[in-house]
Amino acid sequence: MLEVKDLHVCVEGSEILKGLSLTILPGEVHAIMGPNGAGKSTLSAVIAGKDGYEVTSGTITFEGRDVLDMEIEERAQAGLLMGFQYPVEIPGVKNIYLLKAALNAQRAARGEGEMPAPEFMKLVKEKLAYMKMDPSFLQRAVNEGFSGGEKKRNEILQMLILEPKLAMLDEIDSGLDIDAMKIVAEGVNSLRQADRAILMVTHYQRLLDYITPDKVHVLVDGRIVKSGDKNLALELESRGYEWVVEESAA
Amino acid sequence: MATEEMEQLVRREYTQGFVTDIESDTVPPGLDESVIAFISQKKGEPQWMLDWRLEAYHQWLKMTSPSWAHLSYPPIDYQAISYYSAPKKPEDRPQSLDEVDPKLLETYEKLGIPLHERAALAGVAVDAVFDSVSVTTTFKDKLAEAGVIFCSISEAIRDYPELVRQYLGSVVPQGDNYFAALNSAVFTDGSFVYVPEGVTCPMELSTYFRINAANTGQFERTLIVCDKRSQVSYLEGCTAPQRDENQLHAAVVELVALEDAYIKYSTVQNWYPGDEDGKGGIYNFVTKRADCRGDRSKVSWTQVETGSAITWKYPSCMLRGKDSVGEFYSVAVTNGRQQADTGTKMIHIGANTKSTIVSKGIAAGRSDQAYRGLVKIGPRARGARNFTQCDSLLIGDRCGAHTFPYQEIGNSTATVEHEATTSKIGEDQLFYCRQRGISEEDAVNMIVNGFCKDVFQELPMEFAVEAEALLNVTLEGAVG
Amino acid sequence: MSEEQSFLERLPARGEARDAEPTWVAARRQAGAARFEALGFPTKRDEQWKYTDVRRISQGRFALADNADFSPGQAAALTLPLASAIRLTFVDGVFSAELSDLAALPAGVTVEPLSQALSDNHEAVGGVLGRLTGVDFSPFAALNTAFSEEGAVIRLAPGTVVEAPIVVQFLSRANAEPVMCHPRVLIQAGARSEATVIEHFVGETDAANFTNVVAEALLERGAILTHYNLQEAPLGDLLVTSLQVDQGRDSRFTSFNVNLGGALVRNDLVSELNAEGAEAHLYGLFYAQGRQHVDNHTLVNHNAPHTISNENYKGILDDRARGVFNGKVVVKRDSQKIEADQSNANLLLSDRAEIDTKPELEIYADDVKCSHGATTGQLDEEAVFALRTRGLDEQTARGLLTLAFAGEVMDRVTLDAIAERVERAVAGKLPERFNLTGLVEVAALEQAGHAQEEGGHDRDG
Repeated sequence: MLEVKDLHVCVEGSEILKGLSLTILPGEVHAIMGPNGAGKSTLSAVIAGKDGYEVTSGTITFEGRDVLDMEIEERAQAGLLMGFQYPVEIPGVKNIYLLKAALNAQRAARGEGEMPAPEFMKLVKEKLAYMKMDPSFLQRAVNEGFSGGEKKRNEILQMLILEPKLAMLDEIDSGLDIDAMKIVAEGVNSLRQADRAILMVTHYQRLLDYITPDKVHVLVDGRIVKSGDKNLALELESRGYEWVVEESAA
Repeated sequence: MATEEMEQLVRREYTQGFVTDIESDTVPPGLDESVIAFISQKKGEPQWMLDWRLEAYHQWLKMTSPSWAHLSYPPIDYQAISYYSAPKKPEDRPQSLDEVDPKLLETYEKLGIPLHERAALAGVAVDAVFDSVSVTTTFKDKLAEAGVIFCSISEAIRDYPELVRQYLGSVVPQGDNYFAALNSAVFTDGSFVYVPEGVTCPMELSTYFRINAANTGQFERTLIVCDKRSQVSYLEGCTAPQRDENQLHAAVVELVALEDAYIKYSTVQNWYPGDEDGKGGIYNFVTKRADCRGDRSKVSWTQVETGSAITWKYPSCMLRGKDSVGEFYSVAVTNGRQQADTGTKMIHIGANTKSTIVSKGIAAGRSDQAYRGLVKIGPRARGARNFTQCDSLLIGDRCGAHTFPYQEIGNSTATVEHEATTSKIGEDQLFYCRQRGISEEDAVNMIVNGFCKDVFQELPMEFAVEAEALLNVTLEGAVG
Repeated sequence: MSEEQSFLERLPARGEARDAEPTWVAARRQAGAARFEALGFPTKRDEQWKYTDVRRISQGRFALADNADFSPGQAAALTLPLASAIRLTFVDGVFSAELSDLAALPAGVTVEPLSQALSDNHEAVGGVLGRLTGVDFSPFAALNTAFSEEGAVIRLAPGTVVEAPIVVQFLSRANAEPVMCHPRVLIQAGARSEATVIEHFVGETDAANFTNVVAEALLERGAILTHYNLQEAPLGDLLVTSLQVDQGRDSRFTSFNVNLGGALVRNDLVSELNAEGAEAHLYGLFYAQGRQHVDNHTLVNHNAPHTISNENYKGILDDRARGVFNGKVVVKRDSQKIEADQSNANLLLSDRAEIDTKPELEIYADDVKCSHGATTGQLDEEAVFALRTRGLDEQTARGLLTLAFAGEVMDRVTLDAIAERVERAVAGKLPERFNLTGLVEVAALEQAGHAQEEGGHDRDG
């Protein structure tokens, strides 16, 4: 589904990713862990197409398409959706408008017409209830004045409605108390299905107690230095990152 | 996102440009007493009206064009302007839409305003001004039933002289300012509304102004009087055909609200702004003022200004009555080489008067935009309150946005607050929207629309739709 | 004879001194006189002077002082209680060596009267003097140029950090005939130098003189200057100050503008942020009573990208006093990545007091974060309520909150002695109904004890 090959990325002249390769198959849940500054957030930002990241070599393909050749919104319309670590506030733009516009853009890209309003509202209300969010939330401006937990729940709500093929979650657990994390994790788990993959970037093992990954990768200094199953995460939790760093240096 | 692309998004061709071919009955260019006498005679006005005009003309001769605004334009040759233009047979005005010149209806079709449909569907009475003379008025019966007078100012001078004499110039005196004096001397038409005591006008009143004949300045005069405990909502929308010459427009709007009266005045202004090099385009020098004469009276100005080469406009409220309320909600968009110096004045005279100012300016291209406002609290305005929010959004690095808020406060019990921000559309906001699959253009529209939300929600429904269309925002309709 | 000519007529009165002055000084003086005559005194028709009537100055008759006599005991009582300050004192514009103190002058620092700088080595001053705050700055700057012969020259060599505050003290006497003076202050801060300069206006209670001071400050790369305009002038004095600051790369200018005295006060402050990384922080507090008129005009020009400014002015107006605040921020074309914040808050204590405020933004670049705000109003009623629940009577609560309102600006002041002095002055000015007299006495006692213990050390060292 997603194939990253020997990816080198520079930010303001310094190389952050130094030959990263990663293959994600449909139905899989991948977790990328690593110490601060390893380049974890850079990977999802590059896949999403954020400005300021220069790909110096390597390729990213998604379902056979060259991702680096696609506009930001084309990537999203193709099913590559990112859950932001710090969701941005957009004053005056209601949540409901953003959801409707995003869904319509995706449907238009697939050659489908707009979803009729009643059907759309039914869908939104159902997902809203699932995320234990109040309907008044739809009338509020995107992320404006939201608590950290509300912002993260909003990110997952958008995922549930936009149904991406590959959901990338960047530090989706940061700043969440345990109750909020359970709701967010439940939302993410409900996304799991045979034709959809999830890529999580996280610093802590804690999230993985609630969302069990199929594969865990350790990212150190711009490269994946070790991959394994969920037990690798547990090992990182008890032993820290140092041993992996040493092992990879050896 | 590159600045250039941003500019691409906001650059929109003026789609309302066309010329309607109707023969005009026009006086030769130039202004003197005989031209004023011609206008007055053409309108069949009484002597007092002519005297009033001449008095204004003599004041105007002694005045000079104001230079304090943040605007630059070549001097206007007032002798090169023709001061009267009317359809050929003013006495044969159509009594219903069926009798209206099909070309005019066609014109409205092009504007996206199918008059007959809109009027019927929305229950809006339309006093359409074509060039300078009203050619059709509808729904008169229904208004007459309620006792509301809604007619052209010329008819009002003829049919309701005592009302006109009492109120005309009582809010904007003849010598108020250069353009108001000119208007007072040569105004050719406009609307008159009188809502009697205790009456809520049964429908929203709407007028579409257009400028048509080449070289013809348009000098509208609007007078709206709301008697005690009455209410009216008045809608004004403008668009003009494409022209090379600069066209002068100097309107005067006077509103009078007596005790417990409420006037809501909404404007969508989309006159030709000139081409990308600033050629052509309307000069819009307007004096709009409301007198909240009675206690607990309220006037609300809402404007969406997207057109004109130059805008000089400060809809204002004189808050005389105790507990009277003034509001000003404005969205101004400038692009290309447009210049706008606009804002409001809230003059607090009576006790416990309140005013609210919300101004949203969007500057793009090489345009220049200024908010100029005055909040004055007089010594007797105990407990007066004002809140002002004034935000500017810049698109591109060749435009300018300026804020000149004057506050003159002479009462210790007053509370006056002013907040202003200037910013650009955030790269991170655009990225967030695009990461949800929304195109850059839609994202910009959505963000701009969100920026203007506080003002759009003050517009009557029909206008809100038009305003959003003007800003090229389709999303609102989609969500319904 | 016009008002302007009657002022300029005073010029030849000191003919013999003129003969000795360098030709460039004479030329500048002539240029100043010519410009002043051409500009004329401003009227209310000038947008910059819309709310301030200068006829009390233009129609006045002012002589020039010819001596600096002042009782040392009285001067000591008026002088700021700063330990180890470097001080230049001018009495009605005339330099007083006796009342000056240059003992603490460290190496790399020049602090001297302008007359001395001109006689010692006029060429060293000639290159920079008048480069800023020139004859086109305002009619008053032109008038100053026509007359200026005295003032203060402060120069810091690159890398020099001056711990002791440098005080330029202007004493105003109760003369039989009012006098005028036109001092010039030149501050040259070399790269990475650091200093605090205090212009202090004070004098005898019955004085009624006209002081027209023009200052210019050049901050080279990385220089840090803190400037105080501390105005405790006698209530009959007319005071006009003009300061233009030219800021180089990474320089930081902090201004405290405190206006407590004077019958008619007008301050113009202009900061030119000319290179990346330059910052200007402008703080102001004005408190006017009786028929005092205080007008503060500030202008920040963001002439280069990545420059920062913030401004906070507070005004308290009582009786029939009038306050004017006009703060303008201009972001020039292509000056991207600008941050500019400006706020002005005012409190009117009387129905006959008036404030005219205009916070302006003029912006020609798009990648900016600019905001401004102005509020005029009353004290926070919830805070009044909260204090009353603690047992304070309403008027005392209001008095305390008014003091706190002024405190928001004074909290930024890093010199303890000044912060306390201003706080006490504000408390002392509060209307009697606010009943803070007892409280102020306690504060004064507490301060006296504090001063004894600490010896008047600087806050934050």
